[in-house]
Amino acid sequence: MFDYETMRVIWWLFIGVVAIAFALTEGFDFGVSTLLPFVGKTDVERRVIINTVGATWEGNQVWLVLLGGAIFAVWPAVYATLFSGLYVAMLLVLFALFFRPAGFDYRSKVSDPRWRNAWDWGLFIGGTLPPVLLGVLVGNLILGLPFHLDQDLRAFYDGSFWGLLSPFALLCGVVSLLASSFHGALFLKWRTEDVIHDRATQTVAILGPLLLAGMVAVTLWVFIGIDRPEITQMAATDAPSNPLNKAVIAVGASWLQHFMAHPWMLLAPLLGFLGLILAWLLGKGTSTMAAFLFSSLGIAGILLTVGFGLFPFLLISSTDPRSSLTLWDASSSHTTLLWAFWITVVFLPIVLLYTRWVYKILWGSITEASVLKDSHTLY
Amino acid sequence: MIGDDVVMLSRLQFGLTALYHFLFVPLTLGMTFILGIMESVYVMTGKEVYKDMTKFWGKLFGINFAMGVTTGLTLEFQFGTNWAYYSHYVGDIFGPLLASEGWMAFFLESTFVGLFFFGWDKLTKVQHLTVTWLLAVGTSLSALWILIANGWMQYPVGAEFNYETLRMEMTSFADVILNPVAQVKFVHTVAAGYVTGSMFVLGISSWYLLNKRDIGFARRSFSIASAFGLASILSVIVLGDESGYTSGETQKMKLAAIEAEWETEPAPASFTLIGIPDQNGQRTGYAIKIPFLLGLMATRSIDEEVKGLKELQEGSLVRVKNGMVAYGELQKLRSGDHSDATKQAFAEHKADLGYGLLLKKYTENVVDADAAMIEKAANDTIPKVAPLFWTFRVMVACGFTMLFVFAMTFYYCATRVADQKRWLLRMAVWCIPLPWIAAETGWFVAEFGRQPWTISGILPTHLSVSSVSSGQLWFSIGGFALFYTVLLIIELYLMQKYVRIGPSSLHTGRYCHEQATTTAH
Ligand code: HDD
Ligand code: HEM
Ligand code: HEM
Repeated sequence: MFDYETMRVIWWLFIGVVAIAFALTEGFDFGVSTLLPFVGKTDVERRVIINTVGATWEGNQVWLVLLGGAIFAVWPAVYATLFSGLYVAMLLVLFALFFRPAGFDYRSKVSDPRWRNAWDWGLFIGGTLPPVLLGVLVGNLILGLPFHLDQDLRAFYDGSFWGLLSPFALLCGVVSLLASSFHGALFLKWRTEDVIHDRATQTVAILGPLLLAGMVAVTLWVFIGIDRPEITQMAATDAPSNPLNKAVIAVGASWLQHFMAHPWMLLAPLLGFLGLILAWLLGKGTSTMAAFLFSSLGIAGILLTVGFGLFPFLLISSTDPRSSLTLWDASSSHTTLLWAFWITVVFLPIVLLYTRWVYKILWGSITEASVLKDSHTLY
Repeated sequence: MIGDDVVMLSRLQFGLTALYHFLFVPLTLGMTFILGIMESVYVMTGKEVYKDMTKFWGKLFGINFAMGVTTGLTLEFQFGTNWAYYSHYVGDIFGPLLASEGWMAFFLESTFVGLFFFGWDKLTKVQHLTVTWLLAVGTSLSALWILIANGWMQYPVGAEFNYETLRMEMTSFADVILNPVAQVKFVHTVAAGYVTGSMFVLGISSWYLLNKRDIGFARRSFSIASAFGLASILSVIVLGDESGYTSGETQKMKLAAIEAEWETEPAPASFTLIGIPDQNGQRTGYAIKIPFLLGLMATRSIDEEVKGLKELQEGSLVRVKNGMVAYGELQKLRSGDHSDATKQAFAEHKADLGYGLLLKKYTENVVDADAAMIEKAANDTIPKVAPLFWTFRVMVACGFTMLFVFAMTFYYCATRVADQKRWLLRMAVWCIPLPWIAAETGWFVAEFGRQPWTISGILPTHLSVSSVSSGQLWFSIGGFALFYTVLLIIELYLMQKYVRIGPSSLHTGRYCHEQATTTAH
């Protein structure tokens, strides 16, 4: 039951769960920050917007920290290759994230409008650049990254930062930003009243079709225009992890053929499209909670599509296919996977339970009146 | 071969960003506990002033916490961006510790911190108190996990090299967690955090008392800080001594370097209070020595000797030679020779593989190293003595100064005359920077003293880096310099602003110059 092969698959699923939790929770935080300067016109309106996520964004961000930590623990080679290879891109994400803690916490501590306005744009950068760059990253996971491993399994990156910005990857970046903004607008709509609520509804109505159009474009591009490498020979699925013990050909079947070979996988893109269409249809009307839930399902569907599409690859190398990392040959040892598994099984439910409790306590509409009343304690 | 400039810049960047993170960490560690204590008193006595204390010191804590989170993110990314080979080589042990920190600590502190600030009207008294304590527990758990990870780098137990995967793999999670080095590190570091929080509250309260404002508020904060501070500084010093003892057992090279002990002396060794270490001459000039003290501290006995650097270096020489053999056998294994003889020979020498890797700095093939290279590699195992010698003494001096301050303030608090001892209040204000100086120098000792290794005896620092260019490193160092400088200025500005406004910033109407405050917050 807990043999090495099974643990490798379970961990592939767990990382997916953490990635989805990150996209769903920090996704709306990012979106709300992106919309902040546009949906909020006055200082009080902006404070209303900030306070819809102000008390909880920090816990949400831990999903990102955990995603990094879990990849480090479970696929050390992926963590090493990806972060060092995409050095400049990763640092740009990091620098953008710097604006968030200080932005949320410091903005309303000084009343000078120039100070507050500057932080609002800081929050905008902090909520906009990361989803764009992470979208570009996902685009490049699909295209494959130019890297190779040497005999000591040291990773070398053979490309540059600008090389990441291919048209396809940029399109993925745009779709990612649209998704986070759409999701954020639905959240904002759910937690506010009157003016902001109405503006959020309009935003949903406008962003929905753009997002769906972008998704159609990406899907067609992937299914028709991008090749998938294929593993021709590899060690057993429970062998010690060494990526160089396999043979890979650069061009295998297309992505469409990969999905057609396992038709059940098509449920993922279906979930993505259906979820977001329903979120849009309901969200531009009066629905709040249901629309948000559908948008969550839709975003989960998108991530599942990427994961299923890549399986069993984690990182595809475009310059040296044999160096590609898969869940069979880039994982930690059996002992480590087991320990990490038990820790996760115990703590995941605990974290979810208290997070739910905290949201329940803090839930309720944020209004201009409530912000003015607690002016000295709220952000 | 890996460029020396890349190694140097990576070290510089990691050192600076880690030291910067640790400007905020100790205050978070200490303040959360002090907030827990203050709020407990509030819940037990029902006196509003304790609630105000929790809220006001909580505001200062919040300003600091934001920076702790900002700078912690950097470190989480940085293992992958800058220490990629390290991450691959020891991720099997290191990764799960970091992930556990995420599950058990970061979620706890980050989820409840929001409720701490925004939950006052939404929770019952006891619920809110629970939230505050959960926050405190979260920060200390975070320290626990990261220090287990760091302790493993100093003294790697419970893991073994696997020639099939070319990396270290975990053999016993229990050994990794129960690592004795990690335990002393945890208590010493966490207690250092409590000292930092106490000194901060004590110093600022003293300043209010000196200015005769918000007396009742300041006096109560002062007493709590002096009592908690005294207990904490005593723990730091006792546990610091324990760190020294553990180092004597597990990291002899570091200890000898801290003490600038070149020759093995007959037991019990004397302690060099002060002197001028000379690395090339391998001697310490103008030394003032206290007989017996080092022997007692490091071995807890009078008849065991403390090994000097020269003797330890000779030990390294032997291990480097063994390491060459191990590397040679590993080459055979990798090229497909899986005969029992080769496996046997590798197993016998693999404990010294890391020493063989030290030679990679001088020759790619390791096995062809000549006598001069071996000599150099063995020489590399001695860290630079003078910086360690001095930073350690700075830390200890700060420690004893603070012991004096906390002991005096505690004594005068108990006799209820603290307000009148203006010299002491002034001294407490001036001592505010000391815990930071001690903590930063402490980390310097711990980390610089581990050189040339990232994982003691296993992985040399110069192999641990990523395959990045020095141009990329200049880009990131420039970015950090810019962001961190601006953020620090902003943080210090807000801190001093709120310290000046004091508890009046709560707008309860109970505190001095309530009318004079102009800003909304
Ligand atoms: C002894 C304590 C200690 C040490 C040695 C470190 N940290 Fe730290 N870290 C904390 C104690 C702490 C804390 C007390 O838990 C912080 C500081 C202030 C804060 O807000 O939480 C924190 C915050 C913090 C965060 C933000 C967490 C969040 O969102 O809540 C991250 C990602 C890290 N740290 C990561 C690291 C890494 C990768 C380190 C290793 C080099 C490291 N820290 C050293
Ligand atoms: C926050 C407290 C810490 C401080 C202030 C600190 C300080 C430093 C310093 C000054 C260096 C540079 C040493 C040199 O190159 O001469 C360094 C290096 C390093 N530290 Fe730490 N450290 C801290 C915590 C940690 C922890 C908890 C870990 C691991 C869990 C860690 C891992 C490393 C690594 C990987 C390097 C780079 C390799 C090296 O130079 O040895 N550090 N640190
Ligand atoms: C006064 C007596 C003190 C002694 C004898 C002492 C001893 C030590 C020793 C031996 C180490 C190195 C541990 C290693 O081998 O890696 C260390 C590290 C450290 N010290 Fe101290 N220390 C003292 C005071 C302080 C004070 C007052 C503070 C801060 C308030 C402090 C903060 C630290 C920190 C943060 C570290 C790095 C973490 C660690 O390695 O534990 N120390 N100390």
